[in-house]
Amino acid sequence: MPARVFAIALNTFREAIRNRVLYLLLVFAVAMISFAQILSLLTVGSEDKIIKDFGLASIDLFGVLTSVFIGIGLVSKEIERRTVYTLLAKPIHRYEFVLGKYAGLVLTLLVNTAVMTLWFLIILAVKGMFDPRLLLAVLLLFFQFLLITALAVLFSCLSSPILASVFTLCLYAIGHLLWSLDLLQAKLKGGAARALCDVLYYLLPNLANFDIKGQVVHGLPVAAGTLGLAAAYLVLYGAAVLSVACAVFQRKELQ
Amino acid sequence: MAVLELSGVSKSYRTHLSLRKYWILRDLSLSVREGEIFGFIGTNGAGKTTTIKLALGLIFPDGGSIRLFGEEATSVQARRRLGFLPENPYLYDYLTGIEFLDFHARLFGLGAAERRRRVRELLERVGLGNRGERQLRHYSKGMLQRIGLAQALINDPELVILDEPMSGLDPIGRREVRDIILDLKARGRTIFFSTHILSDTEMICDRVGLLVRGNLKAVGRIDDLVSREVRFWEVGLKGVREQGLPCGRVVSRRDDQILVRVESQDELRRVLALVNGHGPSLLSVTPARQSLEDLFIREARGEAPSAPEGARAG
Repeated sequence: MPARVFAIALNTFREAIRNRVLYLLLVFAVAMISFAQILSLLTVGSEDKIIKDFGLASIDLFGVLTSVFIGIGLVSKEIERRTVYTLLAKPIHRYEFVLGKYAGLVLTLLVNTAVMTLWFLIILAVKGMFDPRLLLAVLLLFFQFLLITALAVLFSCLSSPILASVFTLCLYAIGHLLWSLDLLQAKLKGGAARALCDVLYYLLPNLANFDIKGQVVHGLPVAAGTLGLAAAYLVLYGAAVLSVACAVFQRKELQ
Repeated sequence: MAVLELSGVSKSYRTHLSLRKYWILRDLSLSVREGEIFGFIGTNGAGKTTTIKLALGLIFPDGGSIRLFGEEATSVQARRRLGFLPENPYLYDYLTGIEFLDFHARLFGLGAAERRRRVRELLERVGLGNRGERQLRHYSKGMLQRIGLAQALINDPELVILDEPMSGLDPIGRREVRDIILDLKARGRTIFFSTHILSDTEMICDRVGLLVRGNLKAVGRIDDLVSREVRFWEVGLKGVREQGLPCGRVVSRRDDQILVRVESQDELRRVLALVNGHGPSLLSVTPARQSLEDLFIREARGEAPSAPEGARAG
């Protein structure tokens, strides 16, 4: 199994790195990170915060865009272009195909995030603003990309690329606003509605687990165990999402 | 032994908004024997590609069973012994020919040296020996068909399933594909291919199956399906007037040449008697036998059956 998953992952990675969209996103990301320097000139006394904040936000935004816009086409594009026919006529399990596609995009994101982070660190090093906690923030962002990619793959198995991108972006937004469910629950009186809030809270992805940008930029303490919690959440939630994706694809009619 | 066996297979579709079922295949039973070339013929939309997708486990039947080498169609083990080329293959156009074949070889768990050897050998075999470094997006349709065929053979399969392998190819390309199919048979492989190019089918197939609107109308050896008796003759004559013909019907006329259709041996003899060395000269005598095309058109139009008893399916 690993050899077949690896072969599909390698092919997916090849496809991504030969896709101009990826380079376009990367160029924009690097330009945005660089733009932070100009923006910081407009403020007095908080230059380092602006550069760090803008840099992390750029990595976040472009990483998510890469996850979504490449992830949503991973499975559906193979079906649409009918390349999946030759692939699944080979001795591979359907779940290996899904996992291989996912692993290929993870590899792409790894390279993508590494390039953006490297450029970010070069700027910080030149300015003398390097803070090792920034690496932790980037690592957590990378975890978030992995989870969003898993969601994109699931929706890619379920629907068309357009719907899949809408669903994934919606879940990304909801995942960062999940705290508002807590507020809503506190204001509700009915038992059923409160229970529904509870269900939704645990069912929807809580992307706040991967967001320590504010603490790092403003020099606030990061809770101990944040990395472990985020890693555990990624593994459990990501595995659940990918399992559903594999199950859906297993029964999918490849017309 | 049957390498591919479909028993009572049915398949229907529903459109998104309708509850109505549309039947693509109904109660299809068919078996492909080891070492034969089986031609699966039918009109566009007859259900040929659907049958192939069912056999490969890409879609699932409503009813019936499909066995590949005695195993379920969805069996990964069975697919180790199988090669498949889809219709109008859409391949990974960002890969080069070598990368494309290497990728498919990896899926069979072949080692690096073995992969290199097979990729080189197959590129030569399909006539792309010096084009392997080019990306597939720069390949012509014929080249894509050939590289697609190469990926179907990467595992040296026992059964090769080809969906419309000749479609869109020029006569040279069709000849090359035909030669590859015959070469595979000579190596003891089994070939199942769908097509509506009947001349190729007639030339190379051991057996054929004729699918019309999801129903298998006939299956068997071509000689069993179509009568080989002469139905009529066409006689080409030069220097004879129509009024001078003892019998027959003039089919075409050009200058002083005519083509006459005669229905029996007796009529043929009487027409040939005109050619006595002094007057008209004989240009040709062509016996017309029933062809696969006649059977195909008749069945497709739903006309009266013509295949001999016992050769008809269902």
